[in-house]
Amino acid sequence: MTVKEIFESMEYGPAPEGAAEALAWLVDMGDSFGHFIDGNFTPVGATFETRNPATGNVLANVTQGTQADVDAAVAAARKAQGKWAKLGGHGRAKVLYAIARLLQKHARLFAVLETLDNGKPIRESRDIDIPLAQRHFYYHAGMAQLMSSELPDREALGVCGQIVPWNFPLLMLSWKIAPALAMGNTVVLKPAEYTSLTALLFADICRQAGVPKGVVNIVTGDGAVGEMIVNSDVDKIAFTGSTAVGRRIREATAGSGKGLTLELGGKSPYIVFDDADLDSAVEGLVDAIWFNQGQVCCAGSRLLVQEGVADRFYAKLRARMDKLRVGNGLDKCIDVGAIVDPVQLDQIKAKVGGNNAGTTYHATCDMPVEGCFYPPTLITGLTPADTLMQEEIFGPVLVSTTFRTPSEAVEVANNTRYGLAATVWSENINLALDIAPKLVAGVVWINGTNMFDAAAGFGGMRESGFGREGGWEGLQAYTRPKGNAKILKPVVAFTTEDGHPADPLDRTAKLYIGGKQSRPDGGYSNPVFDRSGKLLGHSSIANRKDVRNAVEAANGAKGWGKTTGHLRAQILYYIAENLSARANEFADRINHLTGVRSGAKEVEASIRRLFTYAAWADKLDGAAKGVPIRGVALAMNEPVGTIAALCDDEHPLLGLISAMAPAIAMGNRTVLVASEPFPLAATDFYQVLETSDVPGGVVNILTGSHAQLAPTLASHMDIDAVWSFSSTDLSAEIERAAALNLKRTWVNNGHARDWMDRTAGEGRAFLNAATEVKTIWIPYGEG
Amino acid sequence: MTTTTDTPTAHLPQTVEARNDGLPLDLSWVRSVHANTSAIERRAATLPGRRSVKKDYQAAWLCRAISCIDLTTLSGDDTQGRVRRLCGKARHPVRADILDRLGMTGLTTGAVCVYHDMVATAVEALAGSGIPVAAVSTGFPAGLSPLHLRLAEIGESVDAGAGEIDIVISRRHVLTQNWQALYDETRAMRDACGDAHMKAILATGELGTLRNVARASVVCMMAGADFIKTSTGKEPINATLPVTLTMIRAIREYYERTGIRVGYKPAGGISKAKDAITYLAMMKDELGDRWLRPDLFRFGASSLLGDIERQLEHHVTGAYSAQWRHAIG
Repeated sequence: MTVKEIFESMEYGPAPEGAAEALAWLVDMGDSFGHFIDGNFTPVGATFETRNPATGNVLANVTQGTQADVDAAVAAARKAQGKWAKLGGHGRAKVLYAIARLLQKHARLFAVLETLDNGKPIRESRDIDIPLAQRHFYYHAGMAQLMSSELPDREALGVCGQIVPWNFPLLMLSWKIAPALAMGNTVVLKPAEYTSLTALLFADICRQAGVPKGVVNIVTGDGAVGEMIVNSDVDKIAFTGSTAVGRRIREATAGSGKGLTLELGGKSPYIVFDDADLDSAVEGLVDAIWFNQGQVCCAGSRLLVQEGVADRFYAKLRARMDKLRVGNGLDKCIDVGAIVDPVQLDQIKAKVGGNNAGTTYHATCDMPVEGCFYPPTLITGLTPADTLMQEEIFGPVLVSTTFRTPSEAVEVANNTRYGLAATVWSENINLALDIAPKLVAGVVWINGTNMFDAAAGFGGMRESGFGREGGWEGLQAYTRPKGNAKILKPVVAFTTEDGHPADPLDRTAKLYIGGKQSRPDGGYSNPVFDRSGKLLGHSSIANRKDVRNAVEAANGAKGWGKTTGHLRAQILYYIAENLSARANEFADRINHLTGVRSGAKEVEASIRRLFTYAAWADKLDGAAKGVPIRGVALAMNEPVGTIAALCDDEHPLLGLISAMAPAIAMGNRTVLVASEPFPLAATDFYQVLETSDVPGGVVNILTGSHAQLAPTLASHMDIDAVWSFSSTDLSAEIERAAALNLKRTWVNNGHARDWMDRTAGEGRAFLNAATEVKTIWIPYGEG
Repeated sequence: MTTTTDTPTAHLPQTVEARNDGLPLDLSWVRSVHANTSAIERRAATLPGRRSVKKDYQAAWLCRAISCIDLTTLSGDDTQGRVRRLCGKARHPVRADILDRLGMTGLTTGAVCVYHDMVATAVEALAGSGIPVAAVSTGFPAGLSPLHLRLAEIGESVDAGAGEIDIVISRRHVLTQNWQALYDETRAMRDACGDAHMKAILATGELGTLRNVARASVVCMMAGADFIKTSTGKEPINATLPVTLTMIRAIREYYERTGIRVGYKPAGGISKAKDAITYLAMMKDELGDRWLRPDLFRFGASSLLGDIERQLEHHVTGAYSAQWRHAIG
């Protein structure tokens, strides 16, 4: 076309980003890659091709990892770890700073290589992925520097196995490697098989940054290699990817004692109220669902629009969609690039093709003739019951329904198995700030979307996984308390052939469900003897139906989470007060149950513990994060929900209170299983609860076999977390069953805890387990 | 509906568009308008990174920008000679040999914009060129002279041959949310313009918030503005991308509801060729190609042309240019 013709047509024309340097790097590397193990690239093994999805051209050959490769990488990481941790925070900070600097110096090379390999627009890799990756290393260089002063009681986990997805290859690598290295861990990372190249370029950068040999190891390959890493001798697995694979990893690591964080799928709601700036909300959707072709775990893929403005909003949205430019990501004028692989494209086509509900609109923008592309798509008129409203599509497809009121918006938004992110658009601050805490999501964006920063925690609830990445909260996943835990010996009940009662007046210990004492569903009881063989009484044997009833009662008490910290503190103090009034009676009971004259001390410790959590109830402050926007990112501590706990066996009262008090102080409801051998202090405690204004359903107490109750609790879909301090090591069973709904678990792995000790028996670890950090982004500004 | 009968030229298809006769003031519409500053800023900040035009496309786009420039002089020391010189530049905005190489011979600016006293001179200097003369009016730039004088000023400029009148609104009506007063005043000015096109200058730098900008835009369109324009060039903050986004979204909404296309003129602060391309891209993406013509889009600028000329010479020669190689205006 001549200038004159373009002057009339005003088309954009091609604006290609040069790929010469990136292609030259591939040539320099021989177009074929081994792994990066112990500071060197290994010889090329059996390879697979990695392609540019925009053109189908082969970019390079990448080695499929073997068991021997994984073993070598883990061994190198293990060997390097001690020295890396001993290098100290400042030493590690210098290395992380060097990595950040090198990522900056080679920013364009990384960006172009990422776009070639993944298909995403160069605009995104250049302006979002790579700068955020740099930011993560800068931020965590600072964390390394501050570790000794700010986290004096924490130490590195050891070797971390990390598996990252193909949607943000370098960025997810940075989210994984930066905090791990900062805290003194070494890593074995597997990039996704579609997108290994920037990880390999990163390996090249590590050598220049002076990363010691073995600290960073990159092993390439498919899911089989991921499984090898999961099953290898690592101390922790960090995984970002699909919920299905996350569930398998949860099962595979169950009972192994390996730390685990999972960042999984989502179907994040994008809520538009009728008082929103509708044009900006439309533009927000471009960032929400057409960012990275919608291949984003936290994509705002479920549009909920208030009924009165829905038609206008959809009209604006369709007009905007038609203006999107779809094509080769290396063009600087492209909004939506290529789908990462034909396999993924087929899945998107199948999901949309299999839907008959609602009205499907494909953007009328020009589509490339060749390559792996899918048009921006909007499906309106769906209902929450439609499959596409529930299932993740992981492509540029937005589904939508309407709502009438704010409460209905929350109800529809939370009507999902996922809980990763949510977006709220409203010009009414009262409405927006009211809705944000009600949404089940680890991240909430108000009047904006897909905002990320290293200082702000990111991670999910429900089947979107657990653990946070970024911020101080992200460091929990890469550190553990200093010191070595002792092995926990099973505590067994006393038995006798005699059976004469210690006290001729029979007292019946029932279960405590919904604020009432109730008989066990099965109608069976266990005799409880003292050390001398006298019968102390009978305890109920709870079964799965009692668990069901207790969870129902707990969920009927959801209002507890909305009470003030002050009120919860008052109730905890009141429990302590009432316990104190009966201290001697409880001390006697404990002495009889345990056969050790520790009762008085245990009651005293219990009262002290109640005071500790009464103190904390209104003091576990959130944070306002220093994120680089004009606005604020709030880290709010929210209750987890319903927490089930198998309590310590050795301390019949203190064990119960040590689990109960932090949980209810933070606003959770609890289902507690009392000490199995010594249950009768817990059953006596019902009366204390009844006289202390604890609302029915907030604390539910069961007695019976830990081993029998654990699987029911761990698999219950309406329990949000399970803790086990039982002397029966049920860690594996619990973690395996918890995979079903990916609830959080906190198990002892057969290790003892000194409950009388104030450092081990209470404090931050319990509070962290009793809370979820929700990050709420609130950009502001007017004029 | 009336249609304009401005002298058409090759690139001024001003006869095809129905004029905006306005609407009765609809306060429920005005009050429903929201503008989220952070979100608008985010869109404005990312747009330059999303859109890029290269090579011949860039040259063509820059020529398009020239065709949309209201070449402006609004100085107290303007003389007839100064205005004639400016008109000469409007007729020949780019050196002939460069235009020849581009195949763009005959390119002119969109209009010349002057104070009332210079209208007659400019009309004479531009005779036969098809380039309209715009007059700033209504007590420009503050707009605080008596209303009857402001209306009379419009009439005199129209009588002197101005085809376009750039009026200034009363900022105080916006700041006090007195939409009725703003509507009535602007309506009266539109009536005074007669067949001349009215560009309503919002002086966005003095309106406090983007929401005020959005609401004032809607009221001015309801009052019959043919164009809405950001600034006089005399406020401390003139045209910006967030303000532009806010105003052109109001234009889009007005078009969606009425089918009438209102024009947009950012003024002041746009001095680089790259900025001009960003503005054109924003118009194209938010409003559509129809708004890339001088009957619906103008740059109010004095120094922008110089930068574009250097870019165009670079395009045809491959070598960076110098200011003195291009005629002054």
